[in-house]
Amino acid sequence: MVIPNIAVDAVRHLGAVAPDWPGHPWWHWVVFTLINIVFILVMIIGVIYIERRAIAWFAARTGPNRTGPFGLLQAIADAIKILLKEFITPMNADKIVFWIAPAVVFAPVIMIFAVVPFMNGAMLADLNIGILFVVAISSISTVGVFMAGWSSSNKYSMIGAMRLVASVISYEIPVVLALAGVVLIAGSLSLNDIVLAQQTVPFILVQPLGFFLLFVGGCAEINRSPFDLMEADSELVAGFHTEYSGMKFAMYYLGEYGEAVVMATIISTLFLGGWQWPFLPGWLWLILKIFLVFFTMVWTRATLPRVRIDQLMAVAWKFLFPLALINLLVTALQVLAGWPEDLLWLMGIVNYVLLGVLILLWSRMYKVGWGRIEV
Amino acid sequence: MQLRTEPYVLNMGPVHPSTHGVFRMRVTLDGEAVLNLEPVFGYLHRGVEKLAEERAYSGVIPLTDRLDYVASMTNNLAYVLAVEKLAEIKVPERAEYLRVIMSELQRISAHLVSIGSFTNDSGCYFTPFLYMYREREKIVDLFDMVCGQRLLYNYMRIGGVSQDIPDEFLPALRKVVKHLPGRINEYDRLLSENEIFLARTKGVGILPKETAINIGASGPVLRSTGIEWDIRKKDPYSIYDRFDFDIPTGEAGDCYDRYYVRLQEMRQSIRIVEQALKQIPSGPVKADVPQLIRPPVGEAYGHVEGPTGEVGFHVVSDGGIAPYRCHIRAPSLMNLTGLYDMSVGWKVQDLIVIFGSFAITMGEIDR
Repeated sequence: MVIPNIAVDAVRHLGAVAPDWPGHPWWHWVVFTLINIVFILVMIIGVIYIERRAIAWFAARTGPNRTGPFGLLQAIADAIKILLKEFITPMNADKIVFWIAPAVVFAPVIMIFAVVPFMNGAMLADLNIGILFVVAISSISTVGVFMAGWSSSNKYSMIGAMRLVASVISYEIPVVLALAGVVLIAGSLSLNDIVLAQQTVPFILVQPLGFFLLFVGGCAEINRSPFDLMEADSELVAGFHTEYSGMKFAMYYLGEYGEAVVMATIISTLFLGGWQWPFLPGWLWLILKIFLVFFTMVWTRATLPRVRIDQLMAVAWKFLFPLALINLLVTALQVLAGWPEDLLWLMGIVNYVLLGVLILLWSRMYKVGWGRIEV
Repeated sequence: MQLRTEPYVLNMGPVHPSTHGVFRMRVTLDGEAVLNLEPVFGYLHRGVEKLAEERAYSGVIPLTDRLDYVASMTNNLAYVLAVEKLAEIKVPERAEYLRVIMSELQRISAHLVSIGSFTNDSGCYFTPFLYMYREREKIVDLFDMVCGQRLLYNYMRIGGVSQDIPDEFLPALRKVVKHLPGRINEYDRLLSENEIFLARTKGVGILPKETAINIGASGPVLRSTGIEWDIRKKDPYSIYDRFDFDIPTGEAGDCYDRYYVRLQEMRQSIRIVEQALKQIPSGPVKADVPQLIRPPVGEAYGHVEGPTGEVGFHVVSDGGIAPYRCHIRAPSLMNLTGLYDMSVGWKVQDLIVIFGSFAITMGEIDR
């Protein structure tokens, strides 16, 4: 009975300390690849449910509540419906690119979960360059979106894709700089080590500015409101996926929410202590934290209007970028000065004061341009 | 430094989420900036003016419903005012009060729709829109009570209104009037100070005063430029001279002012309804007018201050049972004439916001 043994070993392995990479038993890769795929799909269903119910709740309506208990099966019903839809390729489309693009968007989302720890050491690969891997892989889906926009031969798609490329290139910088602050304090790029470093204090208390930057920049990078310019439904019809239908469209839908799950996972791993926190099993904490972060994103989406493209750029370069540099500098100085481990809370207070002062200062200095050109 | 690229033409509409119907804009774009704009309309043309010539005077009223279908009551009123002027019909007191109450409720409900869809155009994902519709629903319920319809009311008649209000109407109206100001304040707090909303609307799509007068703009679009022009005050029709209310005006004539004028106008409308509720007398609601009237030869112009602006009907009689000519002054069309001047040079996103700030209805533009 090979398979039950594998299952038992796998379950046992979940709580084990991550061995160095490579060198796992072969079934480690199989089990965790499966876990990652199932996890991401289940989480996507979860966040779609949260999104739809929470948005409905904010907008004083009911939301889906007919399919299954509390409408929980709505996402599955939608999936079945969308699978039966015809897939239409526009006549002038660049067909090969048009067909590949959805996969290019969705694949990186699953890949990122390779380095996310669900419990202590329970991860596909404990890369010692974990965060770098996350940043690098998450940028790939931009290529997919641009492929979609370019190959559709539709002007709305093209504008949407161009907007996405511009925003992702700009927002990558403050996001990476915000991540660097965490790396400095934890002293490691591995996500597992970063979670372990938050044993006593989650980094949101130590690095409030970093959290703020990552949250705002992350919202822009995964194109959630108020930065959802690439699919801006009131202007660009559906943005880069205007021409997609059927399962290809569903891939974008999944990819979009997958990216939201990834961003929520990164935020909760780096700033909210990942799987740590008592009483409940680690993976459950991680899921709860992901949902919490995602709920905050839904909240902003339900409340705020959309910014304009020049304002989007201005926020990245005039607001987030200087703050990210200051945050990195201050954190580096604090680490360099050898801040004692048991006085981490004091560092948190200092950083919170800094956050308040900086944001007040910048909101005074910073003015949104009107963006009109002379014709 | 400005980077110029090869301009291209983008067809926005006739089927587009933000064109409020079947409006089409042929936009020449340089990257995201609008270089040229050519509005194309007529997709919803039904020939209402010609149809009116084929119908008896009372039969034209349902047609007016279908012009600005967001504000049917005021359209009805403008038409019946014109015919009453033509045939010199005296309207009973109670009917006048009912007309005022209905038009003001209609103004509130239309402004709720305009503000809601405007926020939707600026990218609030349906939240304010559905809040506005929640309030509009209560007003629509009131209309349902008096005329049995929820969108196309067909309530006004030549010489009064079609029927008296039911007993439960006035208590329900009092409840709505009591409830609304708090809600409007809530939306004011949600939107008027919102940083992103301000960044998107303040200073965007400025309509200069002179242009506004030259294109014949009216309603909130004109008042947002700072001109105090309201038919209810300047040429009081019905019994508007009996009520005490202000004309809210803007300063800059930008999208924000157009939004804010509408928001304040809802408060003024509530004031009028409150006063009318106190004064409303009992009595008949319709003068003794036959179904088929033959007004004397002549012409008359009836106009009211509708939610989008001055709604006017110019009715010409040749002594027959049907109007010889019925010209409609559609405020949306007049206001929309300023679109080119306001939106050239702005980004595509601004174009949508500017267009949304007019709160047009295609049924009225294409007629």
